[in-house]
Amino acid sequence: ATALKASPGPYKLDDAMTPEKDVTSYNNYYEFGTGKGDPSASSGSFKPSPWTVKVDGLVTKPKEFGLEELLAFPLEERIYRMRCVEAWSMVIPWIGLPLAGLLDKVEPLGSAKYVAFETVVRPEEMPGQAGYFQPLEWPYREGLRLDEARHPLTILSVGLYGKTLPNQNGAPIRLVVPWKYGFKGIKSIVRISLTETPPPCTWNLAAPNEYGFYANVNPAVDHPRWSQATENRIGEGGFFGANRRDTLPFNGYGDEVASLYAGMDLTANF
Amino acid sequence: MASLPTLPKRFHGPSVWVLYALGLCPAISAFYLGATGKLPGNAVKEFEHLLGLWALRFLVATLTITPIRDLIGINWLRYRRAVGLLAFYYVLMHFLAYMVLDQTLRIQPIIADIARRPFITIGMAAFAMLIPLAITSNNWSIRRLGQRWNKLHRLVYVIAAAGALHFAMAVKVVGPEQMFYLGLVALLVGWRAVRTRFLRWRRQQVVSGRPATEKAAG
Repeated sequence: ATALKASPGPYKLDDAMTPEKDVTSYNNYYEFGTGKGDPSASSGSFKPSPWTVKVDGLVTKPKEFGLEELLAFPLEERIYRMRCVEAWSMVIPWIGLPLAGLLDKVEPLGSAKYVAFETVVRPEEMPGQAGYFQPLEWPYREGLRLDEARHPLTILSVGLYGKTLPNQNGAPIRLVVPWKYGFKGIKSIVRISLTETPPPCTWNLAAPNEYGFYANVNPAVDHPRWSQATENRIGEGGFFGANRRDTLPFNGYGDEVASLYAGMDLTANF
Repeated sequence: MASLPTLPKRFHGPSVWVLYALGLCPAISAFYLGATGKLPGNAVKEFEHLLGLWALRFLVATLTITPIRDLIGINWLRYRRAVGLLAFYYVLMHFLAYMVLDQTLRIQPIIADIARRPFITIGMAAFAMLIPLAITSNNWSIRRLGQRWNKLHRLVYVIAAAGALHFAMAVKVVGPEQMFYLGLVALLVGWRAVRTRFLRWRRQQVVSGRPATEKAAG
């Protein structure tokens, strides 16, 4: 990770930031292994540069963006809460660009309703993608509704804590959607496609009753195997302290995003 | 077949206490690391999961004592009680870590978890079944209960299966580690189904004068 300049963005929090060492050593990134420590331990040979992101599908001007072009967008620092579907959370100072800005460049067609994302497949650099046991089907895929993708809170992140993204956090470019569970934040993106129908999403395909397409943080809708009412803030409270806090609807971003779901039954569309 | 050198009799008793001491080491070291902030990330979960994993390991270990005696002729029966009780202590600590450190004694969510989440229900059932086994793990109970003691302690097969299942159901993706424990428990419990026939067959081999692989044990 090298230093990365960004201007302070419009989103800040009163919550204390999660220590950098926790943000970069406690990760879910199954392409590098299913253990929380696996991504930081076994992503050393991953090469995040050179890199291109192909943006295609229902757009007027499909384009492949080189990493340098992406870094040339105005970069902002955004301090966001991150709520994992596993009932833990962090506060992370991301650096990134609003996804809407990138989408503007390719001019989505009127028929485009959804945005599909794809992670790179490199078994030779990503041990979780190689061998007899592979926990998920690759490439990892995720998707958003177009209005969610264009929301000002939604960013493509290229860094955190003032530096380029470490491999274990999804280098060189990943999605951050702070009102949704962390697994929506697809990492090491190589392709973004605009589609008319809801795109397939990896965890939703793996266990549709546990992981919905929307995956909005919602304390009122439990995961079948655990409650989502509370969360454990990583790096706080320690071993004996009561570090459980209540989970907020839309992860605390309800004022900004609740209107996107007006009239929807969020228990059915979880 | 080569056999291990036998431990002199005077060391039998102390060796059991050594086993207890060694068996508790993983819990003590993890507790120390957790309490001093040296467990990475989600320290409470790490501690909780480690205790659960060791509980399962000790449960599996109790089930290996009989096949080891049947197949290799090494009799470690004197260690079985200690290994079984270590399994119980680890399950107890696993539960306490969940209740006190993880859920911070908020009783209502704990009860909801036990009632509503099948993997927690199964884990709790295994814990509940282990309690009578732990209470009767002493010479007095064995004398007192006679054959009923054997029957009661066959519950350990159900408990081990429940433990391996609890582990597999707790994770987001069932991986090699979970499959390993499920397979191991299936194999060890399965051995009980064929062992009488196997031992009889081997005795016949010896009686009829044909070379047996080894002397029938027990």
